[in-house]
Amino acid sequence: MAKILLSSNLTAYTGGQTQFELEVANVRQLFQALGERHPDLRPHLESSLAVAIDGEVYQDALLQPIAGDSEVLLFQKIAGG
Amino acid sequence: MSTMIKYEEKDLKVVGTRPLRPDGVDKVTGRARFGADYSLPGQLIGKVLRSPHAHARIKSIDTSKAEALPGVKAVVTRDDFAEMPVEFALSGELTVNFHDVTRNMMAREKVYYDGHPVAAVAATSESIARKALGLIEVEYEVLPHVIDVLEAMKPDAPLLHEEQYTEGVTPRPDKPSNLAKRMVFSRGDVEAGFRQADVIIEREFNTKPVHQGYIEPQACLASYTEDGQADLWTASQGHFVIRSQCAKVLQMEVSKLRVMPTELGGGFGGKNNIYNEPLAIALSRKSHRPVKMVMTREEVFRATGPTSGANVRIKMGCTRDGRITAAHAELNFQAGAFPGSSVAMAAMCTFTRYDLEHARVVANDVTVNRPKVAAYRAPGAPIAVFGVESVIDEMAKKLGIDPIEFRLRNAAREGTQTYYGPKFGPIGYVQTLEQARAHPHYSAPLGPNQGRGVATGFWFNIGSETSSTINVNEDGTVTLMIGTVDVAGGSRAAMAMMVAEELGIDVDKVRPIIGDTSSMGFNFITAGSRGTFASGMACVAATRQAIDKLRQRVAQIREVPVEAVLWKDGHAVPAGGEAGQFAPMSLADVAKVAGRTGGTIAGHAEINAQGAGPGFGTHIVDVEVDKQTGLIKILRYTVVQDVGKAIHPAYVEGQLQGGAVQGIGWALNEEYVYGDDGVLQNPGFLDYRVPVASDVPFIDTVIVEVPNPNHPYGVRGCGEVPIIAPMAAIANAVENAIGIRLCEQPMSPPRVLKAIDDAAGAKA
Repeated sequence: MAKILLSSNLTAYTGGQTQFELEVANVRQLFQALGERHPDLRPHLESSLAVAIDGEVYQDALLQPIAGDSEVLLFQKIAGG
Repeated sequence: MSTMIKYEEKDLKVVGTRPLRPDGVDKVTGRARFGADYSLPGQLIGKVLRSPHAHARIKSIDTSKAEALPGVKAVVTRDDFAEMPVEFALSGELTVNFHDVTRNMMAREKVYYDGHPVAAVAATSESIARKALGLIEVEYEVLPHVIDVLEAMKPDAPLLHEEQYTEGVTPRPDKPSNLAKRMVFSRGDVEAGFRQADVIIEREFNTKPVHQGYIEPQACLASYTEDGQADLWTASQGHFVIRSQCAKVLQMEVSKLRVMPTELGGGFGGKNNIYNEPLAIALSRKSHRPVKMVMTREEVFRATGPTSGANVRIKMGCTRDGRITAAHAELNFQAGAFPGSSVAMAAMCTFTRYDLEHARVVANDVTVNRPKVAAYRAPGAPIAVFGVESVIDEMAKKLGIDPIEFRLRNAAREGTQTYYGPKFGPIGYVQTLEQARAHPHYSAPLGPNQGRGVATGFWFNIGSETSSTINVNEDGTVTLMIGTVDVAGGSRAAMAMMVAEELGIDVDKVRPIIGDTSSMGFNFITAGSRGTFASGMACVAATRQAIDKLRQRVAQIREVPVEAVLWKDGHAVPAGGEAGQFAPMSLADVAKVAGRTGGTIAGHAEINAQGAGPGFGTHIVDVEVDKQTGLIKILRYTVVQDVGKAIHPAYVEGQLQGGAVQGIGWALNEEYVYGDDGVLQNPGFLDYRVPVASDVPFIDTVIVEVPNPNHPYGVRGCGEVPIIAPMAAIANAVENAIGIRLCEQPMSPPRVLKAIDDAAGAKA
């Protein structure tokens, strides 16, 4: 199962939990699984969050594969001026 | 599809050279057409009635007298725009909420700031339009207002939004508040880290809102036809995003709105969002005539997004040998009239240059009665970094450690875990520090009342949705269509150079143009230092697709397997070995017969570019402080920055210089000044002073190139990092010159004099 880590600023939506182990094959499945576990997090998942899969940062990449032994970090989406 | 094209080291013939930009002649001869240069037959002029109050409830709007004025063809108010639900979309660094967007472009229940649009008029002349504005009767119930961020956070502050409850805190508050959102980014045990510290410095910093200061005011021209289609010419950083937002608020099908990009006279984050565009379309829809709207400079200041003003508290601790043990920050950012400042980005940039085991940043997004903030070049980062790099400087001085050496002892490197999220891949921060230390500037002698300061900056950089098309013309030249607006930095040249490099042809054989929204796939805005990174990747992908087609076509023409055809130096040549021999064909040779051998050759790419490489920079500045007048003079300035790869070094240098100069203006003079009535008092360049040429020396630049492994040429992006460090670098230089630490921006002569007087008073 993939190891899922949440940035500390997301704990307000997960009751303080920042680590999960989930059987997910891509980012869309990850967001779906997290949204079901933590409904308060759901509005932020697609609009506000980026992921780092094994160190590579992805934004707006719902179909990006997640391997069974991957480490996935969720954090604030990045943009700029 | 999410795309990364990996970096490959190779000999380069075009990338890294300095050809003239394709838009250069048009710009120096005045032929280039900016937003206000477009006109259509029969066009009307649109003007906006704006709120004179900082905060008021709209009781009624009567437009009948204006509508009766001869020459007035249409008037629009809140009644002409649909109510929008809460729905978020990314725009620049800001995730916009369409519920708020529709209220910002045209006030509904309340006006939230001086300059807030209340109605718009289209008339046959500007004078008639202005006269009509004076005939619109608006009845207001004036409400108490709040301008300052700390005042707005008080429990008894005038409340902007009765339905706004602070997000991000548990339990959910039972009272509404101007504090829209709180975020906490943390790593480790900060309190334990402070217990390990031998030196702890804690300081508070305050900054004022500043404007992006683009020379070209917002300008657009809209033409809506009776069959429900519309054309829009507008000066923006992203015409596809403008199309999306206009279509949403006007409830149009996206395909019915075509947006043409004009040349852009600067944006810097301020032209990512809609202002007059939906009003012009609505006025055109109502009047059945084209409508042109050009903001005055006063309107730009009063009603378009500046960056946040802020209150910042920094506390850092370190050991005697200069190792940072803990870092804490509280960032209180003005969001303006609606939530959504850049405070989250600022929070993630606050300490990111350093390898910290214990760090925490509390970020507060606060609504106040000012224009809704917009992105401004590395949104929010200069504000947070002003505080952190000042405290770093103070710690280094207290310990007697050279400020660059102090930073090197704590510098983030490849593998460093950030406190906001991912670990860094290959980065060039250490290289920028080392090259700054080795630069002759760093050891040059200083005179009386002169001082030297150092500060550093970090920006993430981004990729995102990008499309590109190349067409091989019948004579072997190439037309390149890109969809990321050239925000005047010369990105068209950079894209053409990458295409030329891939094809193996001269860059002047590639003509780059910016496509409109109906001619190609979606492109996110030119922001986040993504233009050359993401659009460059799309151009490379499109070119490689065209090269594949060229190889296939030559294989058919020469009757050899495609594996036998290699594309090299602008020619299809035998791949060698047993694959097959044939007479080489140039690009022009193939193009000449393309129409008779299967059709024209083209390549296109529609990607979501991933793998942006973070950028770091180190700045050195020398200042001289006039103790009689308080004037800070910039004597010498050097920018050292890792850009990954400079495709066109001259335009990269221009980015580094321009960013530094904007940062100098932010540091020394720029600020919004409000009266007690909440009305902006300095909406013009006479009273809002941006730097002019005589204010700054030549900005020296050193380009560091640590390739981004996720770009075919190693590009990271370079536009945002250079504005981050100047404020702190100048404050550090002033402290070095006169021994006084300035924690208020701008460091204008009156503030410097006051600080000198206060220091003298304290000594007495």
